[in-house]
Amino acid sequence: MIHNIYLYILTAAAVSFLIRVLPLTLIRGKIKNRFIRSFLYYVPYVTLAVMTFPAILTAPQIPIAGILAFIAGIIAAWRKVNMVGIAALCCAVVFFCETFVAFIL
Amino acid sequence: MNRNTNAFKNGIQDGIPIALGYFAVAFSLGIVARKAGLNPFQGFLSSILNHASAGEYAEFTVIMANAPYFEMAFVILVTNIRYLLMSCALSQRFSPDTPLLHRLIVGFGITDEIFGISIARAGDLNPWHNYGAMTIALPSWAAGTAMGIIAGNILPTAAVSALSVALYGMFLAVIIPAAHTDKIVGSVVTASFLISFLVSKIPSLAAISNSLKISLLTILISGISAFFFPVKEDPEESSLTDEDQEVTVR
Repeated sequence: MIHNIYLYILTAAAVSFLIRVLPLTLIRGKIKNRFIRSFLYYVPYVTLAVMTFPAILTAPQIPIAGILAFIAGIIAAWRKVNMVGIAALCCAVVFFCETFVAFIL
Repeated sequence: MNRNTNAFKNGIQDGIPIALGYFAVAFSLGIVARKAGLNPFQGFLSSILNHASAGEYAEFTVIMANAPYFEMAFVILVTNIRYLLMSCALSQRFSPDTPLLHRLIVGFGITDEIFGISIARAGDLNPWHNYGAMTIALPSWAAGTAMGIIAGNILPTAAVSALSVALYGMFLAVIIPAAHTDKIVGSVVTASFLISFLVSKIPSLAAISNSLKISLLTILISGISAFFFPVKEDPEESSLTDEDQEVTVR
């Protein structure tokens, strides 16, 4: 059976939309349950943390560039550098690290 | 109204680095889309509607396999399940009387990065901040996908490699300051880094997709943290503190 690409795209889009929208529309007001409130408080930080590490190591061509970008990013964020600055710093670290390694080899 | 205009402008500003990172990532996604037989318009359509890197990667794999439509639905549900958690978390940042339309549009616009900049802001969420970020970031994501399909590999490898960490830098910009202010968040974040790293090294778990791992680890680590370190203050009190902080910062 041959499937229609547009139907595929629409199926995917519909499921994505429902996943994203249902909690926001169904949950009105503040949740009272302390465990659930605590759980939802930690979710953003945990999910961003597990998405960042170790994925940042495999994103560039060489892992050492990723490690250095990770460390530089943490130090900059600890010192309250803004988001754009941290993103640019991480890119620059990877770029220079890879250029340097390519130069050595 | 003025407050909304400001929030929209801030959103655009926060959206610029997201848009840059998106373009690069979506570009490589476009290369996968081309393999799956999508034309640039289809790639654009898929990205403007779905805007999910892992989810769309999975979507194109399903298209390539010519699998049934329900398999598409299931794969998208699993790969994008973290958006369900993010949506739950965002629902707690909305003032309860936020109209349905705002909830629908903000929900539609949830991505890892836009979620990241939303929760980084103190106090109740202003939908216009999200709209600003969406206005610049989502078209960039879609255009990047279309460009990837059209042009293949035109960016030099070194540039793609450097841009690939921009998104992670932004994630760090959200989690590290929170870890700095709240010691428990700091420990939870450190534990998350370690556990995530260990899980990625366990060979028997290699079959589980990355996005599913992210979802499972999020539920597990957040659940354990919530059990052992429940947040203390009641919601009204905490939102007041946030307001205070926001005023002080300004």
